[in-house]
Amino acid sequence: MATRVEPNETHAIGERIDIPVSGMTCAACQARVQRTLSRQPGVHDAAVNLMTRTATVNYDPETASPERLVDAIRSTGYGAELPVPSRTALEDQGAQDRAYAEEYLELRRKAIVSLVAGLVAMLISMPLMTTPSHGGTSGASDPFMHWVASSLTPLLQGALPWLYAIDQRLIAYGLLVLTIGIMGWAGRHFYTRAWASFRHHSADMNTLIAVGTGAAFVFSVFATLAPGFFLERGVAPDTYYEAVIIIIALILVGNALEARAKRQTAKALRGLAALQPPTARIERDGAELEVATDDVRRDDIVVVRPGERVPVDGEVVSGASAVDESMLTGESDPVKKLPGDRVIGGTINRTGAFRYRATTLGASSTLAQIVRLMREAQGSRAPIQRLADRISAVFVPVVISLAIATFAIWFVTAESAPGVRAFAAAVAVLIIACPCAMGLAVPTAVMVATGKGAELGVLIKGGEALQRAGSLDTVVLDKTGTVTEGRPAVTDVVVVSGRSEPELLALAGAVERQSEHPLADAIVVAARERGLTLGAAEAFQSHTGRGVTGSVGDAVVAVGNARFMADLAVDIVPLSEQADRFGGEAKTVVFVAVDGALAGAMAIADPIRAGSRDAIASLGRMGLKVVLLTGDSERVASAVARATGIHDVVSGVLPDGKVAEVKRLQSAGRMVAMVGDGVNDAPALAQADIGIAIGSGTDIAIEASDVTLMRGDLAAVVHAIALSRRTMRTMKQNLFWAFIYNVVGIPVAAGVLYPVMGVLLSPILASAAMAFSSVSVVSNSLRLRRYDPRVDR
Amino acid sequence: MSMIDWLVIAGAVAAIAWVNWYFFAAERSSGSATVTGSGVQEVGITIKGGFTPAVIRAKQGVPLRLVFDRQETSSCSEEVVLGDFGVRRFLPAFEKTVVELIPREPGRFDFSCGMGMLHGTLVVER
Repeated sequence: MATRVEPNETHAIGERIDIPVSGMTCAACQARVQRTLSRQPGVHDAAVNLMTRTATVNYDPETASPERLVDAIRSTGYGAELPVPSRTALEDQGAQDRAYAEEYLELRRKAIVSLVAGLVAMLISMPLMTTPSHGGTSGASDPFMHWVASSLTPLLQGALPWLYAIDQRLIAYGLLVLTIGIMGWAGRHFYTRAWASFRHHSADMNTLIAVGTGAAFVFSVFATLAPGFFLERGVAPDTYYEAVIIIIALILVGNALEARAKRQTAKALRGLAALQPPTARIERDGAELEVATDDVRRDDIVVVRPGERVPVDGEVVSGASAVDESMLTGESDPVKKLPGDRVIGGTINRTGAFRYRATTLGASSTLAQIVRLMREAQGSRAPIQRLADRISAVFVPVVISLAIATFAIWFVTAESAPGVRAFAAAVAVLIIACPCAMGLAVPTAVMVATGKGAELGVLIKGGEALQRAGSLDTVVLDKTGTVTEGRPAVTDVVVVSGRSEPELLALAGAVERQSEHPLADAIVVAARERGLTLGAAEAFQSHTGRGVTGSVGDAVVAVGNARFMADLAVDIVPLSEQADRFGGEAKTVVFVAVDGALAGAMAIADPIRAGSRDAIASLGRMGLKVVLLTGDSERVASAVARATGIHDVVSGVLPDGKVAEVKRLQSAGRMVAMVGDGVNDAPALAQADIGIAIGSGTDIAIEASDVTLMRGDLAAVVHAIALSRRTMRTMKQNLFWAFIYNVVGIPVAAGVLYPVMGVLLSPILASAAMAFSSVSVVSNSLRLRRYDPRVDR
Repeated sequence: MSMIDWLVIAGAVAAIAWVNWYFFAAERSSGSATVTGSGVQEVGITIKGGFTPAVIRAKQGVPLRLVFDRQETSSCSEEVVLGDFGVRRFLPAFEKTVVELIPREPGRFDFSCGMGMLHGTLVVER
């Protein structure tokens, strides 16, 4: 399958395909296939590999096709097949989801079984802990277990007297067997992975768990098999079987919760990936048939009925409907679709039925691109993570060193049972240290935030963009197409007495329909929007720079500016007051005369987008300086600024001037976001610290910008910045807790508090703390899912 | 302090020295990408507790195909990140995943697993 050209990967290569070729036996066969392929029209270059039996062809998709290339190879006498499609971003997402789900279920099963085993082990090891012969009173065994034992023993002795009657050696052997079972089944992966890492001179969380529990196990086995060795030296032969099992159980519980939470961080993306319906109804050879969506070809005619999902991207050929695009753009109102309009795969058809021609498919479809970009964004690193990265790279060996030092210090300084105490403290250090919390702190926040953004129609390029967007203090807004709709529209209609608004629009529209002037378009659209049918105009004449004339039915209609009316000797005084008011609002005034007498006037302007004013007010409340930047005249610019509540206006700038203005703000020490349409404003978007491209819903300009808005609504700018700020807060909280956890936890486990307060951490408590530190970090990131744009501005 | 105490201290110092040498200073496996018939340089990397080879040598300017073969289910290695190339790829367990890029600049570029626990280096030579 053809791979889409991905920037920074295969720029120079172009559209490329790898075709498996069979039957080649020698270099001559290879040369022949290669020569044939190279001669095909549209092929830039072809390379055939005899070893891998593939032909790699770079071709121009306009003139060559995979099918033609396969035919060409077959014509040389060798076998060739269309390659099995490589996974698209959607399929990748599906595979990852299944992997996460399996991981969670397996961890959960192991965690439950080990927890039960741990409780049983704890119970049956009670007699071992309280018997004087085993040194139970020494306080040297696991302090937590010791506390549990001393508080539960009276109860247990009453309830389960037989337990205390069993031979203690038998109990110890029983625990040994149970521990081997749990280590070998539920905890097996800790040891195999730790060993695999070790062979690669690297160490991770598994290393710490394996060394910690492994040491406790070996010690216990020794104590069980040769208790005499300990007793001769006046040390109790304590065992840690129950501790080993419970440590494994608690860490598995933590891992299971983490796996579940990780799944949730990708929930938004999973939702997007699931938007594409599995089948599509297409017309082939005059008949309608249902095919798998993957089998839809370019230029197929797809039929969509009300309530169905649009399977692939395309262009409407016939029919009309309203399509709900909210899942991709965040825009809640359905969008009208008429012939010629683009529809996006994954959106829901609401009202009517329509037929459309499939255009972009597979990996190049809008949905697959969004999912791919989101996957990349979710995986990207934020600069704030660098410190955590540097620490986690050296973390495990450093912790092992600390554990060894802890052992030595305790061994040398402890007053009683030095070996046992030194051992418990060293194991606690190994177990409590948690590199995972640091590793998860930033990426989980980036994942949840970019997913949440996508739900709101805001595509954020990645961690770095999030971080910069979180520290913005200035927002520069391009006027045309950003603050305003970007196309002229009739904003006001006034009529002289005896005339009606529909009549005026119908007459003016009928004449203007023949004109190609942008203002004429606005009038025709206004008439159509009011449901008026436009009659045919005869004797149409265009008077450049002034207006148009024509006759509609019996009426002679003239539409034009004040000068045109003066030329035609039409008196505009009856409406001059309104005309002056429109002029003051920087609107263009068009007069309409019927049969030589003034009938009415219309004001035409580039209307301000609904929501611009509210969004700009929100930006102001967030402490951001808002600047309006436009190539228009000062009069138009300040009218828009007044209407939207912007105080800083820079007007009359050329495209280059926009870059200069952004630079000027940056040199004044400001962190600048530039909001523009991604095409005309591309240089300024690139210059700004954060470039925010207003997409028209389908064209994803995210490659060029840091943030792409899937809909043309400034409220999305507010969401992007507010969400980024919140994400930064979450990242900082996560990093803080992950660091503090280790900075406090490791010394406490090593026993620094013991000389002062007599506090010694049990390895069991250490494992519980370790398990829940990473869960707490992921849960904190998941809180971003609850970000509500309506509240947070 | 007794003899045993001194022995324990000496043992601990030696153990710490060894741990740091083993994880930070010891030589790691390295391998070079080979140029295939189609003008692309290719190298296979096995992932099992780490990257083998962990140091990859490649030529500047020639498209590079890294074939990651993940031979485990450990969640640590479920993704590979080549930060300098803007690549993060999910690696299905027991499957080969191809990452393609063009090394345009010479230099040493670190790559890692998604969590930054496993490390490797891509050395791009002129």
